[in-house]
Amino acid sequence: MSDLLEVRRLEVAYGGIRALKGVDFEVREGELVALIGANGAGKSTTLRALAALVRPAAGTIRYRGEVTHHLPSYALVRKGLALVPEGRGVFARLTVRENLEMGAYHRADRGVAADLERVFALMPRLAERSGQLAGTLSGGEQQMLAIGRALMSRPRLLLLDEPSMGLAPLMVQKVFEIVQSVAREGVTILLVEQNAKLALELSSRAYVLESGLVSASGPSAALLTDPKVREAYLGEAA
Amino acid sequence: MSFHPEIFLQQIVNGLVLGSIYALVALGYTMVYGILGLINFAHGEVVMIGALTALSVILALHGAAPDLPAALYILAGTLVAIPVTMTLGYTIERVAYRPLRNAPRLAPLITAIGVSIVLQNVALLVWGRSYHPWPPILPTTPHTFLGANITDLQIFIVAGAAAIMAGLTLLVNKTKLGRAMRATAENPAVAGLMGVNVNVIISITFVIGAALGAVAGVMVSANYQIAHYYMGFILGLKAFTAAVLGGIGNLAGAMLGGLLLGLIESLGAGYIGDLTGGFLGSHYQDVFAFFVLILVLVFRPSGLVGERVAERA
Ligand SMILES: Nc1ncnc2c1ncn2[C@@H]1O[C@H](COP(=O)(O)OP(=O)(O)OP(=O)(O)O)[C@@H](O)[C@H]1O
Ligand SMILES: [Mg+2]
Repeated sequence: MSDLLEVRRLEVAYGGIRALKGVDFEVREGELVALIGANGAGKSTTLRALAALVRPAAGTIRYRGEVTHHLPSYALVRKGLALVPEGRGVFARLTVRENLEMGAYHRADRGVAADLERVFALMPRLAERSGQLAGTLSGGEQQMLAIGRALMSRPRLLLLDEPSMGLAPLMVQKVFEIVQSVAREGVTILLVEQNAKLALELSSRAYVLESGLVSASGPSAALLTDPKVREAYLGEAA
Repeated sequence: MSFHPEIFLQQIVNGLVLGSIYALVALGYTMVYGILGLINFAHGEVVMIGALTALSVILALHGAAPDLPAALYILAGTLVAIPVTMTLGYTIERVAYRPLRNAPRLAPLITAIGVSIVLQNVALLVWGRSYHPWPPILPTTPHTFLGANITDLQIFIVAGAAAIMAGLTLLVNKTKLGRAMRATAENPAVAGLMGVNVNVIISITFVIGAALGAVAGVMVSANYQIAHYYMGFILGLKAFTAAVLGGIGNLAGAMLGGLLLGLIESLGAGYIGDLTGGFLGSHYQDVFAFFVLILVLVFRPSGLVGERVAERA
């Protein structure tokens, strides 16, 4: 299958700090790809560059065959690229329903109401709390809302930045079940996770990011058994 | 010294009229602050230009056709003033503030003061230094209500401001545009991720604030029957005070703060003579606003309904 996303020699700097030093990877249509790595490796920066929240210093980003790194965020959503940012970024002073409606902001088609029902069916907790301010939700519920909101844009490529962050194990499991069912519906997913074991179990392929460079990549099953990966990211002695 | 209920009621009426105007202007400050965290000190001058533009149209129309109904003159003046201030509001944001979006906070603040000075000087060139009185178009016989006098103009100001504020509240809380404005105010980067063109939303915010300012400018100059190039300064400061009193960044707060400030001023000016045994007179009216500002900043910087503490600029 063709590449939905192709990233070549991507570099990003914050002032003098070089966060990405030439990252290469690609995501094919229908895949669930994981991006793992230690704190500060540049995972969030990669996703932020893909969603045009930061400008690359060098390299190319090709999405659906088109070079996109000159486009603003709002134009990328309209092309089906959605980011669930690190820390969720729900609108605390908007209601749950309004947050979901914001996800469909660029859409003018008739399917929005039906998609809202689908998200509510997928996350019944949100349906119960649809009139409540998003700021009053628990962390896990906010993560659900952030994912549901991204789904409302009918994404073709969904970028998830640490959906398990700060959640209790049961909630992590729930969130990942949702990620899986979204993937089964045919949405391509690039998943960034601290929880490397979970991410590798869920994904078909993965990239390991280390100090702004891809240090390993391959089928997730192979990485799960790779002694170096096990030692560095799965907390096991080699 | 005795209490006269009809005088008290008269002060309330006058206070509500003033307060309605302050509230409309305060909304312009608070909307922009809510979305950009910027105090647009040039807003008072936008109101002034709205007032003078409308008055010029009214004078010209009155010169050409002196016997039309008052409402028609005012409507014509307002309908010209609104697009003028909207264009001005858009241009100010685009030219003066947008290039400084990521600059340190002091830069846009100083720019705002610079823009005020520029606008005042433009007005000085166009309209000159003199006071421009309104033509005698408004009916002067008041209605009496429980001993207080209420003119048609006063009713028009209060009702008009109430209708506009109700409309704005609906816009912000119930429409897609309003939702995008609130989302942008809370987190512009994430609003962008939702497909919102944040620059467009910011422009719309400035333009709506400026339109409200034009209406307020017409109201205030009709109320005092005068307009001049310097009127925006003190009015802007008072409306800013009203916005801070209510809690800057909060729409309901601006409305409440405006009305309260109008009432405080009117009652204060009415009774300051009695309270100080004649030592201070009603010409101290303008002092109350700043007294209120200082009290709010000292004791409740987040304002009456504000949840966020206003940042020190
Ligand atoms: N806004 C910023 N300004 C300056 N430096 C930044 C900024 N954001 C990130 N960095 C730096 O860039 C590097 C990569 O950060 P990034 O957030 O991409 O890491 P990450 O892999 O997502 O880490 P984590 O797992 O902790 O979320 C880090 O060294 C970080 O300190
Ligand atoms: Mg991160």
